[in-house]
Amino acid sequence: MFISNIEDIPGKTITTCYGIVSGSTVRAKHVGRDIFAGIKNIFGGELKAYTELLGESRDEALERMKSQAQQLGANAIVNVRFSTSSVAAGAAEIYVYGTAVTVE
Amino acid sequence: MESLIIFLVLLSLGYVFGKMSENRHYRSIHAREQALVTLPTTSSKKPIGNSAPIHHAELVHGHVVISVDYFKQMLAGLRNIFGGTIQSYETLLDRARREAILRMKERCPTADQILNLRIETSSISKGDVGDRIGSIEVLAYGTAISFESSSQNHLE
Repeated sequence: MFISNIEDIPGKTITTCYGIVSGSTVRAKHVGRDIFAGIKNIFGGELKAYTELLGESRDEALERMKSQAQQLGANAIVNVRFSTSSVAAGAAEIYVYGTAVTVE
Repeated sequence: MESLIIFLVLLSLGYVFGKMSENRHYRSIHAREQALVTLPTTSSKKPIGNSAPIHHAELVHGHVVISVDYFKQMLAGLRNIFGGTIQSYETLLDRARREAILRMKERCPTADQILNLRIETSSISKGDVGDRIGSIEVLAYGTAISFESSSQNHLE
């Protein structure tokens, strides 16, 4: 599966377009991590637990988008965009979307 | 009285450790930026300065969550009263963006260029106690390409 965030896949030509595909996940951290992050907020620095969590959710959202594209019979996704929003205190939604196409 | 002592302890802890971690982070950013300077990153959609055929393209991303320390939060709170630039937050965002770009680059050390770089910033701890932005997430993503001539070890 070719994925890019440009309008095409460099070095290939688009033959068929299938339309928008997307994937999203909403995840929350467990309480232990939240408390730890609260402590970390005093000292500053990277919040590794949150970085990890958002990385996992982003990978899952990407996977969901890919499987949707595969179902349509596409072999590439172009013009991919990420977006993040906090839907509730302590939970984040990761949304990925793009256009499924066939390239040669 | 007790709460004042706790406040002062938190403030000095934040000052000392926050300063230490910021300096450490900047040192590591400078070193890694030097190491990765050969991988150009642009926000343009076409490769720059090279028209060789492209052999491989893939989406790469990197992200980081960084939190501000207690001292800086207080400083920002004070600044909010008088207005003006909040320098402590400026360095926080600068560090986060550069770190995210570095992590993205580290994912594709064999690529030749990264095109269409996009950076997205979001605060992930809204609604917490105090209602302040405690931590931010920065995501950097782009399309890594490698040219035909230099693509021996980057196969599909």
